Amino acid sequence: MTQNDPAQELAHIRGLMERSTRFLSLSGLSGVVAGVVALGGATLARHHITAALATGMDTLTYGTTRGQVPADDLRLTLLMDAVLVLVVALLGAFWFTWRRGRRTGQHLWDASARRLLVNLAVPLGAGGVFCLALLYYGLPGLVAPATLVFYGLALFNAGKYTLDEIRWLGLSELVLGLLALCWLEAALLFWAIGFGVLHIFYGGLMYLRHERGTAHP
Amino acid sequence: MIERLNKAFESRVRLGIMAVLAVNDWVDHARLKELLNVTDGNLASHLAALEELKYVQVRKRFVGKRPNTSYRATVTGAKAFRAHLDAIERLIPRT
Repeated sequence: MTQNDPAQELAHIRGLMERSTRFLSLSGLSGVVAGVVALGGATLARHHITAALATGMDTLTYGTTRGQVPADDLRLTLLMDAVLVLVVALLGAFWFTWRRGRRTGQHLWDASARRLLVNLAVPLGAGGVFCLALLYYGLPGLVAPATLVFYGLALFNAGKYTLDEIRWLGLSELVLGLLALCWLEAALLFWAIGFGVLHIFYGGLMYLRHERGTAHP
Repeated sequence: MIERLNKAFESRVRLGIMAVLAVNDWVDHARLKELLNVTDGNLASHLAALEELKYVQVRKRFVGKRPNTSYRATVTGAKAFRAHLDAIERLIPRT
């Protein structure tokens, strides 16, 4: 019998469990929901922006040379649109991940979840502040590419602590963001592909690979 | 109280394997080896013992051209591990 000090034994086990864990309860369905919501938001934004562009709005500053466009109204509408999309997408993500965690019996708020969130939150928080600064300096045209770039960096970073698909999603968002910077007039289209289509694609992939029909022991 | 400790988990390596598998789905041989810091042979013999007890499930497949063996805890194994943990916990005097 080589039973060691039980407290030591427990510490050893706990260490192994923490070290070996990635956060695996992330539900692909939350990605699908976020994607659908983002597409809806992008459609709404496109409607407003197209109307404004028709009256000679600048793609970088969203200002107008003719002074006919109520640019402040447009900015406010877009900001509210963006906030609404973010809130609904986050609620969806938490709901589906919570539901999956309950089914698989995994604790949602454990070390792996904390590690994942911290690694996600740092680049994302920086991106949020950066985008607010862009708005402050009157450059709303750069917001869509910036959100893609920072979101991509955040996912690429956080991907180490969860399902591998997240890392690839991050890389894809990053590339789209950089492309959007080169074609500012199509930035919203890139945004819709990044936050809409890619979310649905990777979310669906994660769902099919990890959730459908798999029962955790 | 001591008799509730599972004999299958007397070995530190076996306990370690179950600890990793309790919180992970399908872990391959290399990752287990890296986490537990043991030799291939040592790990293999302990895994074989756990498989014999039906505590772990084995999956062999090819990743590209290289064979890849992965393990995961069965329901029985996970239950046994949890019971063992509870037993250890009860051995610790409350402070």
